[in-house]
Amino acid sequence: MNVNLSRRRFIKGVIASSAAAASSAAWYSAAADDRPAGTVERLVVLNVNGRKRPVDVLPQETLAFTLRYKLGLTGTKLGCNRGECGACTVLVDDINHYACSMLTHSVRGRAVTTVEGLQDASGALHPVQQAFIDELAPQCGYCTPGQIMSAVALLRENSEPTRQEVREALSGNLCRCGAYDHYLNAVMTASKRMRARGQIT
Amino acid sequence: MSYLHIGKNFTPPDIHGKVTGKARYAEDYSVDGMVYARLYTSPMPHARVVEIDADEALAMEGVFGILTAEDVYPTEAPAPTLLTNEPVYVGDPIFAIAAIDEKTAEDALKKVRVKLEPLPFSVDPVTSLKPDGPSARLEGNIYPREMRSLHWSAEDVERFVTGREPTGPAPSEWSYGDLEAGFDNAALILEESFVTTGYAHMSMEPRSVLSYWQNGRCHVHGSTQSQSFVVPFLARMLGIEQKDLVFVAEYCGGGFGSKISAYPVLAIPGYFSKKLGRPVMLRITREEEYYVGSARVGFQGWIKAGFTREGRVSAVDLYIVQDLGSQQAGGDASSAGGAISILYQPDAMRLRDVPVLTNTTPRGPQRGPGQNQIAAIFEPMMDKAARELGLDPVAIRRLNAPDSSATLNANQGPVTSAYMKEALDRGAELFGWSERIKKSGQRNGSKVTGIGVGQGYHSAGANGFDGLVRITPDGRIHLHSGVGNLGTYSYAATTRAAAEALKCNWENCIVHHGSTEENLPWSSYQAGSNTTFTHTRANYVAAEDAIRKMKLIAAQVLGGTPDQYDIADERVFDIGNAARSLTYGEVAAKAVELGGEFSGETWPEDIHEVTQRAVQGIAGTGLIGVAKDNLPVRGTVPGLTVGFIEIELDLETGKHEIVDFLAVAECGTVLHPLGLAGQLRGGAVWGFGMAGLERHVYDPQNGLPANVGYYQTRPPTYLDIPAHMEWSAVDIADPDNPVGSRGVGEPAMGSATAALMCALSDALGGHLFNRTPVTPDVVVNHVSGQGQSHGPLATNTF
Ligand code: FES
Ligand code: FES
Repeated sequence: MNVNLSRRRFIKGVIASSAAAASSAAWYSAAADDRPAGTVERLVVLNVNGRKRPVDVLPQETLAFTLRYKLGLTGTKLGCNRGECGACTVLVDDINHYACSMLTHSVRGRAVTTVEGLQDASGALHPVQQAFIDELAPQCGYCTPGQIMSAVALLRENSEPTRQEVREALSGNLCRCGAYDHYLNAVMTASKRMRARGQIT
Repeated sequence: MSYLHIGKNFTPPDIHGKVTGKARYAEDYSVDGMVYARLYTSPMPHARVVEIDADEALAMEGVFGILTAEDVYPTEAPAPTLLTNEPVYVGDPIFAIAAIDEKTAEDALKKVRVKLEPLPFSVDPVTSLKPDGPSARLEGNIYPREMRSLHWSAEDVERFVTGREPTGPAPSEWSYGDLEAGFDNAALILEESFVTTGYAHMSMEPRSVLSYWQNGRCHVHGSTQSQSFVVPFLARMLGIEQKDLVFVAEYCGGGFGSKISAYPVLAIPGYFSKKLGRPVMLRITREEEYYVGSARVGFQGWIKAGFTREGRVSAVDLYIVQDLGSQQAGGDASSAGGAISILYQPDAMRLRDVPVLTNTTPRGPQRGPGQNQIAAIFEPMMDKAARELGLDPVAIRRLNAPDSSATLNANQGPVTSAYMKEALDRGAELFGWSERIKKSGQRNGSKVTGIGVGQGYHSAGANGFDGLVRITPDGRIHLHSGVGNLGTYSYAATTRAAAEALKCNWENCIVHHGSTEENLPWSSYQAGSNTTFTHTRANYVAAEDAIRKMKLIAAQVLGGTPDQYDIADERVFDIGNAARSLTYGEVAAKAVELGGEFSGETWPEDIHEVTQRAVQGIAGTGLIGVAKDNLPVRGTVPGLTVGFIEIELDLETGKHEIVDFLAVAECGTVLHPLGLAGQLRGGAVWGFGMAGLERHVYDPQNGLPANVGYYQTRPPTYLDIPAHMEWSAVDIADPDNPVGSRGVGEPAMGSATAALMCALSDALGGHLFNRTPVTPDVVVNHVSGQGQSHGPLATNTF
């Protein structure tokens, strides 16, 4: 091995060992790994999709964990569980957040909306959901709930976004299938329809 | 030809669940008493397990047990292992612990004392080929379909890494034509060495699995591209009979070749659950998915191509060292050769292949395995030839392009049909090629315009699988699809060939899929872009069988002979007197009454046992149409695509922006326009990732992977694609498919990879990088005249 390469090798070693150190991280990685002795679940009442949901929550529990495994709201997906992909995107007080990277205790008293909460009382789909169907936007569908939640948050803020603005607003939502162009089409369609119906101005 | 369903968009039944969150992927299921398993994965790239002392861990409260290599299906090197005592890459699962929750299981893993003895390892194939190079496995370092050892002389290695014609022995080889004569006839000969680095599939859904046993049957909820195709393999892996496996894979969060059939992790919870007598959930983390989730085979190679004065490719000599990772893989090199043989129709060709194992993550087929790596390398060479011969890039491709008389591969076999010239013409027109190419090299500040065209190929069709349809007395048409739901909607789109033949309303059809409990027929692997061709055929023959039976019943009930009857509007009617008719529902009721073949009490002898069980499951519930696809097929079924691209390359930052992209498909009759659009665009996104972003990086000192997260592996995001992506299709029917369709998912990536590689080269006045990915640092190093940071032909490096 060339001695001149040693600095690079060193850098690589550091990068690689940080990867290795992370390798013991479990599904809980976004939560504290070793809970302090004596930490216990506390009963809290969350506001999820307009309903009051009492649930026992650990101090280090992430919102994605609570939603999926305690409240049965499995529409919120986990693609990475560490803030890289956006599959877990939900709305907290109408703003999109990565639910894998938020502690459940931090959303007490705030309104949480998941993909399951978008249909209206009659069961009709949200215009964003309908547009996603009409444009055949999802492929495998795993990133779809996250894409939809980010799109809903965007259209609340900006009812008439340009394609470029949609691209930027959704850029925290990865799609390995590469369905991006169809998602963009769908968000543009939804924006048009919602404005036409006066659902957003 | 005007169709009722073919070529029309429809709403696939599973999409509602995808937008509402009701879709259930494997990890979304939960059952009473479920416990959680965690894997202990190897911290070393190659080692022998000396001891596993789990006493302390097993004594912990809430811990239920351990599963080791001794408990599971044994395999022989280099086949994939479920759990192993000789880990061959960092991340290789050694054992698993199950506990009341994952935290407890994870804590227990830390209490297990594992003694590992390190073994020699290699993360670069060429290092392993050196005279005293390390071997990735105890059994050897190469896998030309059997484990062997191969070491080159120091001179062979030196020649190879300096880009001269390789002299190192290659264990596999194929050729056709007179190579020497081909090069003698050449007015221009190009010689290049190249590297295409492997990288992870990284499907969005990690391959989590839930298993439990009920009444002697093993239930598995998994994430697979295929459905019925998985059954025999998973049953064998679990050591059970097929009838004792309940396999549910209604949704699959992406596979791209990494979840085609039964992969090792899929069987671990089944074993564990049996051992513990409890349901076991194994959640795979994102990082673990980088270990066990498969990756693309890397290439290091050399290529020599001869061109006549007119621009015809006269000869190609291709030499590839494959990075197979640590387990069985290796079809990529031959497929790369096959792609060249069809896309450019060279008079003579040779492929030499050195398939080398490395202690890196296992590899397997990844979207266009082989074809797409070589597209990234050979297509810019076509541009170089065009420059030197004074030809236009589209013109030189057109000159060599395959038509329906094309031949391919070592045996120079025929194709079913091919219209690549038409695809190039259509794309050139829609893209405004002749005007667009004039912008090549235009400067705007630090940015320079690059224009590119690229071609993609993959064989896109199989045959011999089964179809199953059923009409129930309520008049509903049940389309049983054994096709997996990998995100292309082909599980549903292909059933429309049956609906087309049955001339029925789509609203009256129910598509059954996603679980063995749905009584699904034997189906092909959902890979190799083959489903569209393969299963439109299978569905069609099943519908034909149903129609034959309906006519027989009509003749019995209404008199006359079966050929007196036809179908329309969901009725069987007398051609001479349309008033004499039966509804589909009435025929179905009669079928139930008659029994025998009509209602599935008997079935054709040549159908697969998976289909036989499905027929038994629905026998007596209606009129059953079931058949094996025995339709003729005259050759390889080609999936062909062309990509056109315009980019702006910033010479200061090395970054490129894609201004415009167009994909043209040549895949026979368009079956499902929006589905095709999705595959063309999604494939292109993959192509942009391969050309400019994605790669494996391994630390050569310790064999540690440096990219085990999305932020390190860089799959393309919204900001890496153009604002719009256009598409079109040639739409000429293939004669060997009853509805004219072929598949296309994989070439869609290859043509985009190639187009972007060509545009990067074009922006730099024709410089060939001969390497994927072309990342910004590589561009900046080139522009500033500095050497590249990677060694010559080095792979898996920054
Ligand atoms: S799962 Fe939360 S960002 Fe990936
Ligand atoms: S649709 Fe598959 S990851 Fe986005």
